[in-house]
Amino acid sequence: MVRYTLKRLVSLVISLAVASVVIFLAIEVLPGDPAAYMLGVNAQEDTLAALRDQLGLNGTAWARYSTWIGGMLQGDFGTSYTYRTPVAEMIGDRMQVSLPLALMALTLSTVIAFPAGILAASRRGSFADVLIMGITQLGVAIPNFWFAMLMVLVFAINLRWFGAGGFAGWEAGLLPGLKSLTLPAIALALPQASILARIMRSSLLDTLTEDFIRTARAKGLSRAQALRRHALRNALIPVLTIIGLQFSFLLAGAIIIENVFFLPGLGRLIFQAISSRDLIVVESVVMLLVFAVVMVNFAVEIAYALVDPRLRASR
Amino acid sequence: MSDPRTHINPKGVDLRLWRQVFSSRSLALGLVLTLIFTGAALLSLIWTPYDIETLNIANKIKTPSAAHWLGTDHFGRDILSMIMVGARTSIAVAVVAVGIGMTFGVPLGLFAAARKGSVLDELIMRANDLIFAFPALLIAIMITATFGASAVNAIIAIGVFNIPVFARLTRSGALTLWQREFVLAARVAGKNAARISFEHILPNVTNLLIVQGTIQFSLGILAEAGLSYVGLGAQPPIPSWGRMLADSQTMISFAPHMALFPGLAILLTVLGLNLMGDGLRDLFDPKLRRARS
Repeated sequence: MVRYTLKRLVSLVISLAVASVVIFLAIEVLPGDPAAYMLGVNAQEDTLAALRDQLGLNGTAWARYSTWIGGMLQGDFGTSYTYRTPVAEMIGDRMQVSLPLALMALTLSTVIAFPAGILAASRRGSFADVLIMGITQLGVAIPNFWFAMLMVLVFAINLRWFGAGGFAGWEAGLLPGLKSLTLPAIALALPQASILARIMRSSLLDTLTEDFIRTARAKGLSRAQALRRHALRNALIPVLTIIGLQFSFLLAGAIIIENVFFLPGLGRLIFQAISSRDLIVVESVVMLLVFAVVMVNFAVEIAYALVDPRLRASR
Repeated sequence: MSDPRTHINPKGVDLRLWRQVFSSRSLALGLVLTLIFTGAALLSLIWTPYDIETLNIANKIKTPSAAHWLGTDHFGRDILSMIMVGARTSIAVAVVAVGIGMTFGVPLGLFAAARKGSVLDELIMRANDLIFAFPALLIAIMITATFGASAVNAIIAIGVFNIPVFARLTRSGALTLWQREFVLAARVAGKNAARISFEHILPNVTNLLIVQGTIQFSLGILAEAGLSYVGLGAQPPIPSWGRMLADSQTMISFAPHMALFPGLAILLTVLGLNLMGDGLRDLFDPKLRRARS
């Protein structure tokens, strides 16, 4: 297991290094002169020179890359050009919205998907199964930002149970904060829950055809008992993998959903940075998101190997 | 009369296949929904109920009526006509993005499978892992940050994300085929790996590719809608469903119909494609249908 973890760790570090090079090339090298891009076509030469100096753009690409990465490793993400504040500080502020939102959505989708998938599998072909499969088919197809808009219309504008957008801030207390994240979290969770419930169902149905389930049934267990005691644990493995893989979709979804609800999270930050051409912020936030995706996938792989020893040997 | 080909009518149309298509409810429904939206997109090339480029402020924000079946927007444009033209944008972006994914992904997957375990195989698969770390939205953000927003950039972003999807699928499908006798026979006959890949492996993974293509097509439509919604996709005046939803957002309290119909269009198109994908998978692999339904 230690050898397997080390191997994965090496590949993780390589992935992150290559990803950082790709991001750096795409944002700082491809556009030519980032300073000219940031200031626009009418910029004076001395203003450009001052900005280049301020951003440290006078060095070679390699030197700039190492400064960027070296800084990041020490928690220094550079200084935002438009806000004149450290990018790390801005990201820290925005994470107070984005992280709880992502976690709430992840929890919600799991809490909905597990019982729904288990119910559908244990009563295959019943009305409940058909209903759950129908709803999840819709849930997979619905654009989550549109679903979010419909929820705003019903629960914020018509029923007035929630605010239509904005974030109360954690200073106002835990409850108002959670309340402003509820609708966004539901909007994010619905498609994920639908996918997860479908996978839970088919994974359980696959497991139910295995020999050990037949043995359990032969011993006198009912279908439901065999499902609860033996099938569920085995069916969970692919489901956990999917939860990990879905994390990147959750992140991408959060970026869009934050815009529907005007939440001051990483998603809003990145779009504000794009419109104000604040490349340093774009670069750092994209790197941070990629880091998060890669780390979660790494964690899933390790967890998977812990559960299923065959995997360690085969790689 | 016991000729097994009796189900084939004189024109050579395989009736059994069509009977199967229509006996599967999900496949039939999916096909109908998909045909409606592609039909609307094609029709919009020659005809729409109203011209979408003419603004008619006097007629703005009208609820559905006999003259405007789905109402009008804040510029007085007919929403049905906008949805028809928007279908064109969505379908075009998704089709080209799937095309990019297949054009690059399939040969990479075939190559990796033919040279399994080699440094190149490892390199291709690790590069694929890397792309997976960048959701289409992040690729779009990077491209937009440096080159500005456009439908073309949305296509590139979604297309790049599709490459590893097809590469992985082709590789795993091809790996099992390389173990089969008919491939062995081809090797004994002296065919090289490239010829075997294209003559024997590729035709046998086509079904897999069609099913996955349908699914990526529907994901592409969702991704395009999301990108245009946040302003990273098609730019005005090109109509797109995501853009229509973004425009409607501030007016949702007094003009909910402006938000309702473009969203329904996305939902039904994606639903149709997903149902078609499910149906096709069952059609190609009846074992799966028995085990899972």
